Amino acid sequence: MDELEAIKVTFFQECEELLADLEGGLLAMQDGNDDGDTVNAVFRAVHSIKGGAGAFGLEPLVRFAHVFETLLDAVRSNEVPSTPDLVATLLRASDVLADHVSSARGLGVVDEAVSAAMAAELKACTDPNAAPAPVAAAPVVEAPAFEAVSAAPAEVLIGADDALDDDDLGFDFQPMTITIDEQAADVAAAVGNVWTVSIRPKSDLYRKANETALLLRELARLGPIEAALDASAIPPLDQLDAEAAYATWTVRLETEEDENAIREVFEFVDGDCDLEITRGEALSPDAALAALLAGPAPAAVEAAPEPVVVTEAPVEIKAAPEPVAAAPVVEAAPAPVAAPVAPAPVAAAPAAPAAAKTQQIDVPGPGQSVIRVDPERIDRLIDLVGELVINQAMLAQRVGEYGIAPSSNLAMGLDELEQLTREIQDSVMAIRAQPVKSVFQRMPRLVREVASMTGKQARLVMDGENTEVDKTVIERLSDPITHMLRNAIDHGLESPEERKAAGKNPEGVVKLAALHRSGRIVIEVSDDGKGINRERVHSIAIKKGLISPELQLTDEEIDNLIFLPGFSTADKISDVSGRGVGMDVVKRSVQALGGRISITSRPGQGSTFTLSLPLTLAVLDGMVVDVAGETLVVPLAAIVESLRPKPEEVRPLGPVGSVLAVRDSFVPLIDVGLTLGYREASPPPTEGVVLLVEGEDGSRAALVADAIHGQRQVVIKSLEQNYQQVDGVAAATILGDGRVALILDVDAVISLRRREPPRPVEPTLIAAE
Amino acid sequence: MTRTVLTVDDSRTMRDMLRMALAGAGFNVVEAVDGEHGLEVLSAHRPDVIITDINMPKLDGFGFIEAVRVDDDYRAIPILVLTTESDPAKKDRARRAGATGWIVKPFNPEKLVDAIRRVAA
Repeated sequence: MDELEAIKVTFFQECEELLADLEGGLLAMQDGNDDGDTVNAVFRAVHSIKGGAGAFGLEPLVRFAHVFETLLDAVRSNEVPSTPDLVATLLRASDVLADHVSSARGLGVVDEAVSAAMAAELKACTDPNAAPAPVAAAPVVEAPAFEAVSAAPAEVLIGADDALDDDDLGFDFQPMTITIDEQAADVAAAVGNVWTVSIRPKSDLYRKANETALLLRELARLGPIEAALDASAIPPLDQLDAEAAYATWTVRLETEEDENAIREVFEFVDGDCDLEITRGEALSPDAALAALLAGPAPAAVEAAPEPVVVTEAPVEIKAAPEPVAAAPVVEAAPAPVAAPVAPAPVAAAPAAPAAAKTQQIDVPGPGQSVIRVDPERIDRLIDLVGELVINQAMLAQRVGEYGIAPSSNLAMGLDELEQLTREIQDSVMAIRAQPVKSVFQRMPRLVREVASMTGKQARLVMDGENTEVDKTVIERLSDPITHMLRNAIDHGLESPEERKAAGKNPEGVVKLAALHRSGRIVIEVSDDGKGINRERVHSIAIKKGLISPELQLTDEEIDNLIFLPGFSTADKISDVSGRGVGMDVVKRSVQALGGRISITSRPGQGSTFTLSLPLTLAVLDGMVVDVAGETLVVPLAAIVESLRPKPEEVRPLGPVGSVLAVRDSFVPLIDVGLTLGYREASPPPTEGVVLLVEGEDGSRAALVADAIHGQRQVVIKSLEQNYQQVDGVAAATILGDGRVALILDVDAVISLRRREPPRPVEPTLIAAE
Repeated sequence: MTRTVLTVDDSRTMRDMLRMALAGAGFNVVEAVDGEHGLEVLSAHRPDVIITDINMPKLDGFGFIEAVRVDDDYRAIPILVLTTESDPAKKDRARRAGATGWIVKPFNPEKLVDAIRRVAA
């Protein structure tokens, strides 16, 4: 990848950040926080995108960004008031801008009609009085990448404004207009190549760190020059203003170049010096001498009578800021011709209190990462730390086997090692952890689009954007969230009319929240819509042959029918949700990640989808138990308590089941060995140990195991990657003694138990949690 | 002697572009992300030429140029401003603040080096 391509990659990364800043700023404005800083930041975001796009010749992007930027410029200078309507327009424009960025990146196509309409809308906002002029190709397109923009003006007005301002020096310079056209230039070339350039710098020229000597050097690049200094205006030393400019230079230049080329030399000092460019020998050396001698300045007396000749090659100009002293022509005028800048910088280095800080050149933007590391390196590090944890556990076990006292130095050293290992592990995981913000920030746009497509009014409220989760998990969050949000707006929210009729705010609220719970990340998507129409869901499920009509279902079970394959409640397939992807697909993709999805709904008040995923596939705190001779690990986060049941607490329920009385409630007893198929018949629960566990949905169960070995941190080894998914098993691990143990998926075990008794229909129907 | 150029721009893309062009032409490049940062880097590196953007957070290009020009130690350093388009108003304001010259974005490396040569001793 060449350097330019690498920068282009940077550019698109930066675009992502800028687009996020843009949207964030606009959303802040929407909430009424439109202070100057926000508007400026929003403007800068678009401005920077445009600047970079220009550098790469991404014209459609530049064009759109320019129109956008122009409006934002008007907003920040208060020419256009920032109204809610305007901010809504700006938000939509930011979406189109994002499309342009994606398109420039080769990741999609911009809908030209949408873009053109948006651009027209922006223009109309910028200048409401402007007629919708057919300015199809407005001259806003900048030159494409790396192509010189050097069109010199054909007509130049010299010194028109600034000459008038320069009265303090008493120069009486008449502004004059020089019209150059190509024909004239051609004629000039035919006549001769000698030009006379007269330069009279003003103090402003030096104030801006421009330099006559450098102008002469530039002229010398065009051809041989002879420069004569007119120092006549220099006052006696006691009257000399060190900051003023007194000298006039007359340069004889021989060049093949045309007048434009000469004039270009003076581009940066336009207005800061009086400039005359004439063809031919305007000033003889004698005349120059006469002018010099006529001058009152004592300096002139000693001046060399010959004009100093500056040739093209060896113009040595030092970096000293005293301009005239550095120029070779200085011998012509011993007195300072102009001392515009301060004396040469004192050698003493200025105090640099912030020296340490300045080393840090590439300061990150807010909330963005600084170091770029190949993820494979981090993955490798995580694997290694995993091995370290296992190794440390093995070591601890061996030491335990030798019966070494816990107070011994060895045991204490091992404890410290364990502490350190854990800290290393946490730190390494933190490297890969990222806030879910990167996914969340794409959602406001989705909500706007879906709302406008479905004719709903929706406001997205986000919470917990900074919740961190492993990068590998983040990448997989986007699709399920997208689908749940679409579903919430399309199926959950009512139309504004219906909402009004129901006494609700016509604008529906969709909430997207992320939080950590029980060592997992939970994503909740809720709406304040009409809730699930259970009657209808039930009848559709029957109609589609998904469930048996005589089956009695709880409300919760009916709600979960929507996760069944082939279920779709929309009467007509809408553009939005009905893309052939049902909630069943979402559910399956979530399960593939080791996650779960569930729904709760209240009629008339809305529904909540809850998605829970493991934070990471790396480590887990677990309880090691024995079941039918097998060693299993139960995630500690799911365990409420462990106990030995007394015979009177166990009550039979139905033909095979039984429940455990725990304080004031009954919880189902589940024999893990039976559920996982380790044994055919359960031993009496009173002979084993019971782990009271709580599932994602808050439901409790009592898992029966044979014995408890204790609590341990284990490294998760994915079963899916190494073998395949097994119902009731979340993953596997390697224990301290080197044996492989399975990690129990508590929720799956609870739901497996639920479907144990024979049912009239396919058991999977009720499996949806 | 290698000349040092300070580039001040909040856009990483633009800083990278400038660095590529300048390093390719043999300049030593130091960078700053806004005007405030630019003033800090200025005192630490004493650049021969400064190239600055105008629209920046914290301290914008105008403010940055003015701050450089009122400092006796630095006011002789040539400053080139980056203007996205030949916006006469912005260019004029930058010149009033004390900009030595300007570079119109998008620039090509030759034009950039050309502009530096024109202002740097």
